Amino acid sequence: MGWAGGSLLGTWPQRRGENGLCFGEGRRKSGEKKRKIPRSGFSKRLGGTFPWFGLDIGGTLVKLVYFEPKDITAEEEEEEVENLKSIRKYLTSNVAYGSAGVRDVHLELKELTLCARKGNLHFIRFPTHDMPAFIHMGSEKHFSSLHTTLCATGGGAYKFEQDFRTMGDLQLCKLDELDCLVRGVLYIDSVGFNGHSECYYFENPTDAERCQKLPFNLENPYPLLLVNIGSGVSILAVYSKDNYKRVTGTSLGGGTFFGLCCLLTGCSTFEEALEMASHGDSTKVDKLVRDIYGGDYERFGLPGWAVASSFGNMMSKEKRESVSKEDLARATLVTITNNIGSIARMCALNENINRVVFVGNFLRINTISMRLLAYALDYWSKGQLKALFLEHEGYFGAVGALLGLLDSA
Amino acid sequence: MAERGGRGAHGSLDKSITLPPHEIFRNLENAKRFAIDIGGSLTKLAYYSTVQHKVARVRSFDHSGKDLEHEPLYEITVQEEITARLHFIKFENTYIETCLDFIKDHLVNTETKVIKATGGVFAYQKDSDTEFRFQTNHPNIFPYLLVNIGSGVSIVKVETEDKFEWIGGSSIGGGTFWGLGALLTKTKKFDELLQLASKGQHTNVDMLVKDVYGGAYQTLGLSGNLIASSFGKSTTADKEFSKEDMAKSLLHMISNDIGQLACLYAKLHNLDKIYFGGFFIRGHPVTMRTITYSINFFSKGEVQALFLRHEGYLGAIGAFLKGAEQDNPNQYSWGENYAGSSGLMSTSPDVFPMQRTRSGTFDMFEMDRLERPLVNLPLLKDPSTYIPDTVDLTDDAMARKYWLTCFEEALDGVAKRAAASQPDSVDAPERAEKFRHKYWNKLQTLRQQPFAYGTLTVRSLLDTREHCLNEFNFPDPYSKVKQKENGIALKCFQSVIESLDSLGWEERQFALVKGLLAGNVFDWGAKAVSDQWLERLKGPPHKCALIFADNSGIDIILGVFPFVRELLSRGTEVILACNSGPALNDVTYSESLIVTERIAAMDPVIQSALREEKLMLVQTGSSSPCLDLSRLDKGLAVLVRERATDLVIIEGMGRAIHTNYYAALNCESLKLAVIKNSWLADRLGGKIFSVIFKYEVPCK
Repeated sequence: MGWAGGSLLGTWPQRRGENGLCFGEGRRKSGEKKRKIPRSGFSKRLGGTFPWFGLDIGGTLVKLVYFEPKDITAEEEEEEVENLKSIRKYLTSNVAYGSAGVRDVHLELKELTLCARKGNLHFIRFPTHDMPAFIHMGSEKHFSSLHTTLCATGGGAYKFEQDFRTMGDLQLCKLDELDCLVRGVLYIDSVGFNGHSECYYFENPTDAERCQKLPFNLENPYPLLLVNIGSGVSILAVYSKDNYKRVTGTSLGGGTFFGLCCLLTGCSTFEEALEMASHGDSTKVDKLVRDIYGGDYERFGLPGWAVASSFGNMMSKEKRESVSKEDLARATLVTITNNIGSIARMCALNENINRVVFVGNFLRINTISMRLLAYALDYWSKGQLKALFLEHEGYFGAVGALLGLLDSA
Repeated sequence: MAERGGRGAHGSLDKSITLPPHEIFRNLENAKRFAIDIGGSLTKLAYYSTVQHKVARVRSFDHSGKDLEHEPLYEITVQEEITARLHFIKFENTYIETCLDFIKDHLVNTETKVIKATGGVFAYQKDSDTEFRFQTNHPNIFPYLLVNIGSGVSIVKVETEDKFEWIGGSSIGGGTFWGLGALLTKTKKFDELLQLASKGQHTNVDMLVKDVYGGAYQTLGLSGNLIASSFGKSTTADKEFSKEDMAKSLLHMISNDIGQLACLYAKLHNLDKIYFGGFFIRGHPVTMRTITYSINFFSKGEVQALFLRHEGYLGAIGAFLKGAEQDNPNQYSWGENYAGSSGLMSTSPDVFPMQRTRSGTFDMFEMDRLERPLVNLPLLKDPSTYIPDTVDLTDDAMARKYWLTCFEEALDGVAKRAAASQPDSVDAPERAEKFRHKYWNKLQTLRQQPFAYGTLTVRSLLDTREHCLNEFNFPDPYSKVKQKENGIALKCFQSVIESLDSLGWEERQFALVKGLLAGNVFDWGAKAVSDQWLERLKGPPHKCALIFADNSGIDIILGVFPFVRELLSRGTEVILACNSGPALNDVTYSESLIVTERIAAMDPVIQSALREEKLMLVQTGSSSPCLDLSRLDKGLAVLVRERATDLVIIEGMGRAIHTNYYAALNCESLKLAVIKNSWLADRLGGKIFSVIFKYEVPCK
């Protein structure tokens, strides 16, 4: 994990003699042929100079969106500097960067029109602990010479600002993460996902057999409760494009799931933790209502399957010895997810909002949590609340930052 | 009996803990009703029982034709009395087998006993808020949110005593802390986990806002020290984390989560008070602190987090009281028996290990029934904010040290006096020693854990001592002393009255006040205030005065009665309130009846006042040397209202200084005492044997 001995992003792009740049260890998308990239120059049009990036530096992950212009004119191509070209080529021709940087190809938005430019929007993520290497690379490659503005949001925009300035000679344009989040969500939802719906929900969430993922039309989105599950959780009530408030937040988020899983199972990646969870049985770890009452607790309308005490069975030594790592991972996932569902539900009731949109990278490849959230919201609200999800899960902050860049130009 | 206890101790149980079932399940043989609640991790049981104990009674002799000079004033007898007592006991499920064996053995052959199992985690029944139900009378307590943190969390909205509703819950509770904590730290015991937590640094494990932002999140005003992601730094397999740090992080995570959910529920239901209970909270300053912090944070100070001393019995008490519905709760009131209740224990096992082992494992809570309802004094200015006690010794470490030492030093004397009060009893010295031992242990517990029995005050120290004396059948160690002093004082009554009557008006008023103060001389401060009192006496007479009497003997007979006489002669009616039960050398209601009868025989003013019901004797409902104006006999309150009482006189250190020094009333009041304690005199800025004379007039 991480990148051993220097960095992978550090190897992007490397100058090799007169040839300009080569692309180091960047992994190529399998089967893709190296193709000639049209030359392009500075964009003097709307939106300012390329490259267009939006950066969201979170507690665990850095999310980077990159707009690849596809309508570059001959004149522009003439003017495009080597550096810029190499960046474009490096980012668009690889799907993985070093050991931990990933481009989520399946999320790419094609033929998007942004500030009157046509192009593709790419979604890239890498761990926050690789930020120093990222900045170092930017500095080595004279990113500052491109005279572009780097718009960044998330806590890291503040934390690493000094490093960007001193190491990379780059002045960050810092944007508020919640502003960016809201903006990103509304924007991506409005442009759709390559002709499909960005937003979806689970029909019949309480019925395992009949439960299915279906598109949801979020045409008139307000008001909505936006629950962003990153390392921690922020919950916003959004009333209009410019009117939202942060309702609350909780420190029990994706970081808690992953952190506890590392401690309990010795796993080392989020993917590994989720994989384990998918094979585990949380009911061995949790104490259910039926474990205490032998069935439903009708007095309070509690079904027997409801969790009475998360990890409650682990008070007993025998049971501690009989559970597997997979069971523990599953219980951790269920505990954190249910808790977020519970807090979200209470916020929705307090704010009198019945649509709850869950976003954030905790939900990436995490169908268990999404279905659980859908189920929990539907069940405990007796069908009054609807859990909605967005395809671009954790990238909305970065998208918002990119949109911020286009404003500023 | 010892054998049975032994069997329990050496059965399948952890041998390091000696189980003394006879001590824990006190009084089980007499149980009238019994309820048990076997929860996820703890078993709670409640039983309603009766205790037979000795009480001292006084009875006036038939004096006709007797030699009044040589006969004692009245007869003192010790009688057996039966008091109803509620027992609540709680222990970890590990001990359930032995406990159930014991219970079975002791509950046989009684048809009225029923075992009910209610289940634990989400159990809640009406009237389960013990502290409120039994202890305080604050009228504006409703509505409130009750959050019980057992293995899981249940949230109940309580609107009135009869109206409550389970509105939600959470699975992240005490069981999560315990279970997850055991997995992370390999520490098996709940208390030990908490102890680990209190030594840890959560910042090593949690991702803070400043870890993400480098500082605070200014836009939202989130401090850099806030937790952004619990366990957010442990997202690595490469690093080892200390048990202490993980336990601390877990504690914060769970406390914050519960606090947040509680606030969300409070907001939804528009409630501003949350009572927390359950084993997660009980007696653990660490969890009380983290929960309070969380509530303050999430509610921005709009919601108040409150804790109960004897919580965790919710299911058992509820089930129990359900079975007791045929009783009319308005006919009596309950008071805690400090002698039988175990205190909250420290989370640190190195503190006072002997007592801890037992009480930390077995929690006991006893309440005695008083066969009369207790209510607020109608003249209290603001009953909801009234606090009887002047100094909170839980907060004031210096005062605490002083008073604990004081009570320790006095203990041998008290024990000796108790033994001496029963010269005819062979086992009196042995019982006195048991009393000494028990009270000494309570004092030591309080040294380590000042909040062990709730807010520590001079009053609670005094009350606990009385309860311990009663426990060992010393119902009234001062009875003979009081009898003798009352006899002597009565003999002087007439001459005192004569000399007072010979004085001029102003002189007499001074002399009367001096008499109330047991003859002590005013210093200049008290003099200045007493001048105001004198001025007031020149005005119209009070309609009715309520006097809380203090000591037997000279104090009541030669101090209070002449003063009463003067008030009566001014046209003021007088309600004389004395304790229902004995405490130190305070005059009891029964003694006051005899004394008054004897005075009336000598003094026509008193006699006619009694006959015309201008002088009325009532009992306070209390057996404490202090005075709680929010728990008074209902008869007294009724009379106070009927007679439109407009003057309250409180005398004595216990009633006017340790308690009620700051009590605000709706009418004029006199608070009088002699400081018989140099440390206290220092504190109050005076000298020993100086006088407190507070004449207070309510602001219009």
